Amino acid sequence: MRENDLLVPRPLITRRRLLALGAGAGALGLGWPRSALAAVRVEITSGDVQPMPIAIPDFVGGTPGDTEAARSVTQIIAGDLKRSGLFAPIDPAAYIEKIVNTDAVPRFEDWRAINAQALLTGRLTRQPDGRLKGEFRLWDVFAGQQLTGQQYFTTPDMWRRVAHIIADGVYERLTGEKGYFDTRIVFVDETGPKERRIKRLAIMDQDGANVGYITRGDDLVLTPRFSTSDQVITYMSYGQGDPKVYLYNTKTRQRDVVGNFPGMSFSPRFSPNGDMVIMSLQQGGNSNLFAMDLRSRATTRLTDTAAIDTAPCYSPDGGRICFESDRGGRPQIYVMGRDGGPAQRVSFGEGSYSTPVWSPRGDAIAFTKQYQGQFAIGIMGIDGRNERILTSGFHNEGPTWAPNGRVLMFFRDNAGAGGPSLYTIDLTGRNEQKVPTPSFASDPAWSPLLS
Amino acid sequence: MTVAMGLLRRLKLAVALAAGLALAACASNPNPAAVGAAGAAAPGSQQDFVVNVGDRVFFESDSSELTAQSRGTLDKQVQWLQTYNRYAFTIEGHADERGTREYNIALGARRAQAVRDYLASRGIDANRMRTISYGKERPVAVCDDISCWSQNRRAVTVLNASS
Repeated sequence: MRENDLLVPRPLITRRRLLALGAGAGALGLGWPRSALAAVRVEITSGDVQPMPIAIPDFVGGTPGDTEAARSVTQIIAGDLKRSGLFAPIDPAAYIEKIVNTDAVPRFEDWRAINAQALLTGRLTRQPDGRLKGEFRLWDVFAGQQLTGQQYFTTPDMWRRVAHIIADGVYERLTGEKGYFDTRIVFVDETGPKERRIKRLAIMDQDGANVGYITRGDDLVLTPRFSTSDQVITYMSYGQGDPKVYLYNTKTRQRDVVGNFPGMSFSPRFSPNGDMVIMSLQQGGNSNLFAMDLRSRATTRLTDTAAIDTAPCYSPDGGRICFESDRGGRPQIYVMGRDGGPAQRVSFGEGSYSTPVWSPRGDAIAFTKQYQGQFAIGIMGIDGRNERILTSGFHNEGPTWAPNGRVLMFFRDNAGAGGPSLYTIDLTGRNEQKVPTPSFASDPAWSPLLS
Repeated sequence: MTVAMGLLRRLKLAVALAAGLALAACASNPNPAAVGAAGAAAPGSQQDFVVNVGDRVFFESDSSELTAQSRGTLDKQVQWLQTYNRYAFTIEGHADERGTREYNIALGARRAQAVRDYLASRGIDANRMRTISYGKERPVAVCDDISCWSQNRRAVTVLNASS
């Protein structure tokens, strides 16, 4: 199997820039009040963030039949922006102007009166050829000008993606950072009693919509991870014989075992460009790290210790690998070059550290920390400095980064809850949200941006 | 699931419960495995192994070291497995839920390997044994405190049904 066989292009969403309207049209520079921009530009170490008040009136239906769908799109956008913690959508009951024509300049005084700093207007129209057209304009209410505008054409089944793409556009224009809403989550769905838990691979949009199941629950499956798209997943599965690492293509439904090794293989993860899988192989009582080239199938040993080396993760440039090892006694985080060789221990706090994941920005490692009977999710610099615990409790485990490096998802199992659930938390540690799932859920992994 | 497997599972549960009760009630009880009706199992049967020998050993937190009690159990397993040498078997390594997923998979493997090495050192043919780790995926005792976790940190010698 060649890597190309794994990659099938998604249906295209085409995009076009909308011409700016109104006074100051075309001036896409900083029309924003200085203070507002400063508030939205969150730094990792910043304290309280004041969410920006934004008005998001219902999108207009291009034809009467589009009204309901347009309203649903509006709700998805508002939900995305609100959950980010950086925006405070204003209660629509307060709106004065009713937006009926999205090609006209809004009455800014009506939106200033309710303290909206930004206004999002848009329209959804079913085209004669069956495609869906989504348009939006983002307005700076105080400067009285359009900040950005786009239109998208896609197939009707992708209507939720149009909403997420628009939310990403708003997020990016107002924060200066890429968004993370047009993404998916692969995770493990858990049903049945704890001692006979049924685990299925499942995939959903980042907001919990469009849940689909990849496996049926016959075999125990663990730790799914995305490749460079949401179409290829690597995970560990039990079955006949030793548990193994597999590749799965969600479009072709093709499943392949990764390599043919004696003993158990587990804890897989892709390299940033998707051409390698790094994983642990069990050899007797030890577990060491290996990388496999998916095209040549050549396997390289990366560590050779009489210890447990596992949970490897590449740096975003592919040059280094962080992993956990108990070679020093208790599990700690280490960093080494992509080809193995000497590893530097980077975690030195009290307790033990595991499941390191390198930030997409490259400047931080998220981890699970066990200390005094509690399980915490935290981040540290790649040299181990500036450790910050984002959340701590009975059991929190397995962080995964949103592609913009601003938000982590993880799973939490509260004592007595009967099973785990998925949560997100932003890097301030203040904005924690439960992610809706049909059943108990664990082992989440965040896809890259889909568009 | 066959009737025999179902019976085996219930027996295992009974042993685990008995062991748990004994731990909780009286640490000086010399032989917790003797609790319950042991006489019913036919010699050489899987039930005989589970009830009269003891199919599992327990570990300290984050450890794969065999305790004196574990070695005692494994010595009895060796004796039985040498008597009934038609059995092939799988050593299942398990961890409690107070660890992360990947590490616990490796820890379970290390525990299974510790049992395998011990049995081999006492003369059991390596070809009869295979190991597998379930990490924290298959707890036998389900609660949120140490009384359960200590029962879940285990290696279980499972006789192959087809042997």
